Parts: sequence; C-alpha cells; structure tokens
Amino acid sequence: MTRFILGRLVKSVFILLAILILNFFLIHAAPGDPAAVMAGEAGAADEKFLADLRAQFGLDQPLYVQLWIYLKGAVQLDLGFSFRQQMPVADLIWNRLPATLLLTGAAFVLSLVLGVIAGVAASARQGTWGDTVISTLALLFYATPLFWVALMAVVVFSVWLGWLPGFGFETIGAGYTGFARALDIGRHLILPATTLGLFFMAIYTRMTRASMLEVSRLDFVKTARAKGLRHGVIQRRHVLRNALLPVITLAGLQAGQVFGGAVLTETVFAWPGIGRLMFEAINQRDYNVILGVFFVSAAMVLLFNLITDVIYVFVDPRIRLTE
Amino acid sequence: MSLLSIRDLTIALPEGADRDHAARDISFDLAPGEILCIVGESGSGKSMSANAVMGLLPEGVTPVSGRIDFDGRDILGLSEKEMLALRGSRISMIFQEPLSALNPLMRIGAQIEEVFEAHGALSGAERHEQALRLLTEVGIPDPQVTIRAYPFQLSGGQRQRVMIAMALALEPDILIADEPTTALDVTTQAQILELIENLRRKRNMAVIFITHDFGVVADIADRVIVMQTGEIVETGSADEVLLHPQHPYTNALIEAIPRLTGDHSGGRGDTGEPVLSVEGLCKTFSTGSGKFFGKRRVVDAVQDASFHLYKGETIGIVGESGSGKSTLGRCIVRLLAPSKGRVLLEGEDIAHMPGAELRERRRRIQMIFQDPFSSLNPRSRVSRILTEGPIAYGATPGDARKRAGELLELVGLDASAMSRFPHEFSGGQRQRIGIARALALDPAIVIADEAVSALDVSIQAQVLDLLADLKARLNLSMLFITHDLRVAARICDRIIVMQKGRIIETGPADKVLRDPDTDYTRSLLDAIPGQDYERALAGAG
Repeated sequence: MTRFILGRLVKSVFILLAILILNFFLIHAAPGDPAAVMAGEAGAADEKFLADLRAQFGLDQPLYVQLWIYLKGAVQLDLGFSFRQQMPVADLIWNRLPATLLLTGAAFVLSLVLGVIAGVAASARQGTWGDTVISTLALLFYATPLFWVALMAVVVFSVWLGWLPGFGFETIGAGYTGFARALDIGRHLILPATTLGLFFMAIYTRMTRASMLEVSRLDFVKTARAKGLRHGVIQRRHVLRNALLPVITLAGLQAGQVFGGAVLTETVFAWPGIGRLMFEAINQRDYNVILGVFFVSAAMVLLFNLITDVIYVFVDPRIRLTE
Repeated sequence: MSLLSIRDLTIALPEGADRDHAARDISFDLAPGEILCIVGESGSGKSMSANAVMGLLPEGVTPVSGRIDFDGRDILGLSEKEMLALRGSRISMIFQEPLSALNPLMRIGAQIEEVFEAHGALSGAERHEQALRLLTEVGIPDPQVTIRAYPFQLSGGQRQRVMIAMALALEPDILIADEPTTALDVTTQAQILELIENLRRKRNMAVIFITHDFGVVADIADRVIVMQTGEIVETGSADEVLLHPQHPYTNALIEAIPRLTGDHSGGRGDTGEPVLSVEGLCKTFSTGSGKFFGKRRVVDAVQDASFHLYKGETIGIVGESGSGKSTLGRCIVRLLAPSKGRVLLEGEDIAHMPGAELRERRRRIQMIFQDPFSSLNPRSRVSRILTEGPIAYGATPGDARKRAGELLELVGLDASAMSRFPHEFSGGQRQRIGIARALALDPAIVIADEAVSALDVSIQAQVLDLLADLKARLNLSMLFITHDLRVAARICDRIIVMQKGRIIETGPADKVLRDPDTDYTRSLLDAIPGQDYERALAGAG
C-alpha cells in the first residue's frame, strides 16, 4: 500500500513538471505581455519605457532562460512575483486557496452525497412517477448552464426572498469571531456551493441510478435473495457497494473539473478564491499568477486522482490484492 | 409422504415473449432425501419451475394457477415476509455461474455468516465458527485462509463449494441446484457431484437438480422429470427413463449425449507434409513490470509445445481450465505473440512474422470462438459479418456476397439470414454463422476454441456433425480445443492432453480414450459423468 502511494507520488511529480513546462509555453504563445498591458494602462509609453519594464520583469531574456529560472523557483515552491499586485505569487495563492477549497469541497461532497441518495431513490422506484421526477430534474440541472443557475439563485434567494447573502465570503465589517463567524461564512457558502454542485449532482444521480439497476440484475444479488436476506439489506450491502465503484471512478475524475467550474461560480458570487484570481490575472496578462494558479490546479487534480485511487484500493479487494 | 408437492403449476411469461407460459400444468412430488433431476434444454421451463419454489421468479414472470405445497402450506400464497423465513433456511439454492454468484467485494466468511444473520441465528462468534465448519465440510482446502479470502481468489470449483456451504448453512430440507456443474470442467464437476451426493446421504436432504446433461443425470438421479417447451413430457425413476425412454424427445436428448465409445477412423496416418507444425512453443505471461515498484509474477501458460497437424486431420486439445489449451490456440493464430518457439504454417514460420506478411498468411488459419453471443458484432448484419473478411483481402463486394450466400447454405442456414442481425438467431444458429465466417476466407486450418461448450446437448450434436461434415467435404484440418473428452471423442482423429501448460500425452483418439498412457488422462476419463450408464446401454443394445 505505502509502496503503491509512493510510486504514484513519484509519477505525479514528473507529470506536474511536464504540466509546468507545457503551461509555460502555452502562456508565452499568447499575444501580448504584462509590460504591454501595463504600458497601455499608463496611457503614454515609449519604446524605452517598455524595454525597461521588460528588463525589470525578466521578459527580455531568451525563453529557455526564463523557463529555467521559473522551474528552478517552482521546485522550491517559489512561484515568482506578481508585478501587478506587488506580492509574491505563492502568497497570493496561499491567501485565496482556503476559500476555493472550502467552496469546491462543499460543492463536491454535496453533489456526491445528494447525487447518490437521489440515484438510489430513483432506482428503487424505477418506472414510477418518483423515478421520472428525479430523472427529469437531473436532466434539467445537467443541461442548464452554470452561470444562469448562479444568477437565478442570486435573484430568487437573495434579491426576492432575501434569505441568503448573494455575494462575498462573509459579512464585511460585522466583526464576527469563532462560531458566529463560521455560521456567517456557512450562510455565504450555501448559494455558490449549491450552484456549483448541481451540475455534478445531476451526473452522479444518473450514474448511480443506472449502476444500481445494472448491479441488481447480477447473479450474486440473486444469491443474496436466495439466502433470505431482506430487500433493504440486499440493496445496501450487495447492490449499492458494487454500484458505487463506477461512481467513485467518475467522481475522482471530476473532482478536478469541480475546481475548474469554480472560476465561473467565484466570479458570479464574488467569492475571493483562486478562480477569480485567475480570471483577473488573465485579463492583466499577469503571467506568473496565471502559471501559479495553473500549477496549483494541476497539483489539486493529481492529488484528487491519487485519493480516488487510494479509495478504490480500499473498496475493491480485487485491486488491493493484485497490485 | 412427500416433502414438496407441486400440482398443476402454470407460470405465465410477460407479454411479448415467444410463448405464453414458462411452464404449464407442472405436477410432481419430492420425497425427503431424494435427488430429483429436471432435464431439458434451455427454454424448456426447468429453471423457472425451480425458481417458483424459491419465490425467485424474474419480474413479470408469475405463477397463475396451481399450488406448491411445502410443510403443509401453499408457498404461492405466502407473504414476502413468510417467504424470507423459508428462503435460505428451509429451502436453499445454488446456481450455474459460480464465477458471478458471489459478491466480489465481500469476504467469503462474511457471505456465509450472512445466512445466519438473515435468519437471526447464532451469535457473531458462533457464526464465524459455523462458517469455518461448513467450509471444512464442503472440502475447501485450508478453510482458515479461505474464510478471509475474496471470491476472485478462488477457482470456479471452489466458489461452487462456497455456494454449497452457504446453501447448507441452516440445514435446509430442500436444495435446489440449477445447472451447478455446467460451467465447470469434468474433474471439478465429478467432485461437486460427489459432494452433493454425500451431503444428501448424510443429512437426508432432498435435492432438485436441474441439468441438460443426461450423463450427470445417470450418475446422481433417483427420479427424473423431462421437460420440453414448458411441459413435463416424461417422468419416472432414473432407470426407467434412462434405459426405457418412452417419449421421442427424451430419446432425442439421450441420443445427443456425446459418447466415448464410437467410431474413430483415426487412420489418417502421418503421411505427407504437415500443414501446421508447432515446435517448442512457449508462452509466458508476466504481471508487474518488475522495474519500479511491485513484484514481478511470471506464469508459464504454455511450455515447450510441439506437434504436427496434417491435411484433413482433426486434433483435439484437451485439458482442464488453466491447462493452457486456449493460450496455445491463440498463440498459433498469433492473437497472442509466442514467447519462444516456431509455428510453421504450410512451411513458413509465422511465430514472429511482422505485420503485412503475417496478414497474408493469416487467412489460411481461422478461428471459431466459444461464446456465440459475444463473438458476433451485434451491430452488423450477417451479410457484413461474412463479407468483411474476403473484402479486406481484396474480393469484390459482389463476389463476397455470392460466396456468403453459399456459405450460409453450407452451414445449414437460410439465405434470408443475410439481412438479419445476430440477436435474431439462437445460440446454435449463431455458432453456425461463426463457422461460416471462419470458412469465408478459405482457410486450410480451423481452430475451434470450445466451440460447442456453450450449447445445449442436442444443438451441440448438430454443430459437431456439421463440423465433421465440413471437414470431410472441404478437406480441412482442424484443432479442436475442449475440456469435454466426450466431445473430443466424437470428432477428433488424434488427441493432445495438456496439463499445467505442458503437453503430457499425444496419440490417436482411440488409444488416448481407451488406453491412456498417463494417470492424469485416466483421471480425466474417470471424471466423465454417466459412464456406468453408457456401459449399461451398450450391454442392453
């Protein structure tokens, strides 16, 4: 087991390095650079001013030298300096990461738990109106664009009903501490997390339903029935456990996507996470920040995949014992 | 005094099925300690009748009339709750596919203990102890280890033993066994049959044994019921039914059993150049790269196999599951790359031949697969299945279609089959399509990998006849891979016996089947069901 995880970690480091290099070239392939954007914002700028800026940022060096400097830093977790924000990139990301992790984590857990429950409920009522309602809702959430759901959620629950705050991470200036603060953040979290989670919940609902129905036709379920086990026990112990395997695989792959979906949600809800940080950085050609966010997202995706594999090893003995 | 009594049971199939009733007017009795065999082909309603006793009919299939009396009550009238109390405790059941009948994610021990739990019997520690005792009783080697194992770590025969242990946990009055040995090879089958027989005697348990194999019937049955398209056509003691069958359908089923005795021409002789020579063929599988992490495991699936196949000859490659016989076949057609050795096809070594050259040779050697359901592309019409190969080798579509028509006729199918999809055919018909597909490229050699193992006996007999006929007419050479010596006896000139990846015996079919050189071959022969019966029949005839 430890050997398995170690092996995967070593592979992950190499993949991460490859992603870093790829990202670096990708970003430099785009037209424009931070110096040009800053000069443009300054209004009047001559060639000399631009050249000075570039020299200051190290942009006048050949590309491979820039790459080398960047990689050398990245290995020591130094992701460079943001000249726009006048802060080290690592600090910027470090400040924003907890908010994003909270949002994506909450959305992910919410979508998985509710999705599986809804899927099980639908499969148990296969062919009845209950099944139809759940499946239709799932299809609806699956097909509706995320940003529209986000805006509508704000309009309905925040503007019309006034139940929940429509934007921000916490009530600014309220000075809550301890439990009261956690509660305040929780209230702010509900709308963005639900919005982000709905799409994924729809996927898990459909997946769980199909998988439950498929497994319940397998031979060992008949064996369980022949033992005289009650229906509920069969569903829980024999059907659900086996039906969850494909859902876990999918969820693991999508944990990374949830992270990506956060960019949109954070922007709409003014959530101070790294998704919004990236959005702003792209507009400003803030190379180092963009690369830093890419780096952190890639690391997250790899981490989620590793966690999925470890979970899989625990739930499926066939993998555990043949590894 | 009968334990179970079924009267005029009729089971309806859902609308749109190919007939109205799975079973019609079924009546029979079961006495304590009796083994009753229900015999019939697939679709005869034998499984449905047994499942009705368990209250485990598939959705949409319902008993519409009649009664099933057990223990003074009509089972059909019981509530689901009352049925739960019976299932697994008074009446239990084992199934055909031991490989899929156990939950892959649960330990063996937990699955057995679950039976006690379902019926609220014993405490936790006692359940564990009982599970151990049961595993010992059904002859699992090393029960202390097995109880902690997962199903995928056990062989098919062992899993069937676990199923039996589970079924016996609460000492049921009736054990229903639905084709429990059909998916096992002969030696394992013989062991499982012996186990069931012993348990029956020790516990005075009644057994309903469902099978399509009269050889098995002859070995264990006290009484026999023969079913055809949902109705009982014949019933009587084992001796009556087996030796003096009254109904023509029973006769046909008995006729269809492949027999060891029979005419083996075998006299092709080792004349002329062989069409295929296998020399020192080895195939090694390894898991794990062994480079980074993880231990490297090596399995020698085939070791040093050598033989010649002559023009017009059929060689049977026989062995238990895991003996390497299928791997050998796959290496010969290069579906797998051999690790070592030579495969001379009409004088040229194809064992390590590269792409284009190999492609040209490959049409000379074609394969027929075991599973007629998964070996045909479900989205292709038969015409495409049969013409794809020849067109790939340069035939014009018109010629290929004409040839496909001839082939269908050759394998005994109507020309109208061309425009239909595989799912519209029965298993036997699909296997005929598989044969036609193999012949479409005019091969010199056909390799049949368990080509009739998935078929009912009567269909099996027809397909074997067809293969024998085609072989004679087209002067084909054939490699016939099978675990069933009776099937090999019926069609092969020579037989190769494999054990643990090695060829341990080669000889004319007659010699190998009647006077084998090795103990292993003898043990395979001894395991064939129904031998006493066959001798009795021969004596009577």
